[in-house]
Amino acid sequence: MATTRLEQPKGGFNFDNYQRNVFLENKGIPVPKMTKTGTTIVGLIYKDGICLGADTRATAGPIVADKNCEKIHYLAPNMYCCGAGTAADTEFTTALISSQLELHRLTTGREARVATALMMLKQMLFRYQGHIGAALVLGGYDVTGPHLYTIHPHGSTDKLPYVTMGSGSLAAMAVFESKWRKDMERQEAIELVREAIESGIFNDLGSGSNVDVTVIEKDKVDVYRNYAKPNERGVKEQSYKFKRGTTAILKESIKDLVIITEGIEEMDIS
Amino acid sequence: MSILEYNGGAIVAMVGKNCVAIGSDKRFGVQLMTVSTEFPKIFPATDKTFIGLPGLATDIRTLSERFRFKINMYKLSEEREIEPRTLAHLVSSTLYERRFGPYFVEPIIAGLDKDNQPFICGMDLIGCINFAKDFVVAGTTTDSLFGVCESLWEPDLEPEDLFETVSQSLLNAVDRDSLAGWGAVIHVVTPERVITRTLKTRMD
Repeated sequence: MATTRLEQPKGGFNFDNYQRNVFLENKGIPVPKMTKTGTTIVGLIYKDGICLGADTRATAGPIVADKNCEKIHYLAPNMYCCGAGTAADTEFTTALISSQLELHRLTTGREARVATALMMLKQMLFRYQGHIGAALVLGGYDVTGPHLYTIHPHGSTDKLPYVTMGSGSLAAMAVFESKWRKDMERQEAIELVREAIESGIFNDLGSGSNVDVTVIEKDKVDVYRNYAKPNERGVKEQSYKFKRGTTAILKESIKDLVIITEGIEEMDIS
Repeated sequence: MSILEYNGGAIVAMVGKNCVAIGSDKRFGVQLMTVSTEFPKIFPATDKTFIGLPGLATDIRTLSERFRFKINMYKLSEEREIEPRTLAHLVSSTLYERRFGPYFVEPIIAGLDKDNQPFICGMDLIGCINFAKDFVVAGTTTDSLFGVCESLWEPDLEPEDLFETVSQSLLNAVDRDSLAGWGAVIHVVTPERVITRTLKTRMD
């Protein structure tokens, strides 16, 4: 198929608006707030694999922008990544690395290793010197076993048996420090992750709503979206529907998308 | 003052039963001075999809044309209409490309997909998508709109009821925002038709 594109996708960031925006900033107009995930994200290693957890609140300043967002991102069939920080950055960084891993897998004919994903992520974040505000918890199971890492926005990484990140990291780590043990059972691990996330949800204002859990074992991944819902909204006691015709209309135009014909039209056989 | 509040404006979109509605005010101001009351902020993408662009007026005009171009190019190369979900990612990528020198808009997309399933989503200025199942709001009136929508919205509203709910949410929220208002327009998209209504509002 012949495609004509006046704009060829170039890749990379575009800085056309940068000078204008700096000019505005120098005039005392601050850069607007971006959606942050003032998050609680955790991960731990248990007997058979990795268990990742996240809350589901996204905030824009003090406003809750999204009450049920997804923070556990897909990287590869054997790898998932929790994201905290600037929401768009976590979303796009993981998507970019995910696509690179897919290509890596196709060219090598092997499942990508967690260490590979780690290097790709940290080198990208380091290249941008912390301007890409993504704080990540990377977990996966590859040919060398289970691996769990944290990656900071500047590109530094840690490899630990249990990790937490985001604004609720202290609340979650408190739970891990008191209850994590080596070689836990699967269900034990999931429950501990849930408890850690709930600790973030209830004690950190940047975290809230539900608990998402993803469990990665050898050749097996289970994604539990909204594993726990400790903050279900109560049902409204009354309907607040308005009577039709409440709103005063000045002008109305209707665009029909389907043509409705009356009766049966005779078939054109000419 | 944030640059997103320079020109003012409010947009809201809601999901109903097999329908969606998107509404905006019509004010174009320069801080507290109103310059125009006929400034469009919602743009048709396809027959059943709309993009709402609240934010800095200059960027609204730039982006509405850029998106029109991209949507037309998509149609020509793919030989089909763009799906709302695809459009959301197109808009999102366009914004994230300018991660370090953004356009000052917070787009909202509302429409019906090829199976006539309702779709709405909101975005921040660097393209972080918020896939909502109920409603999305953006613009200078965000705070009041969140409050009013949270209480007035309910699931499975018929197109006519959805129109009233969206209209009343927008009208009442905008009355508490000096930077938005001065006329409003609502589009209700159903599988059969698109109903566009201009509302009578306070003009102060």
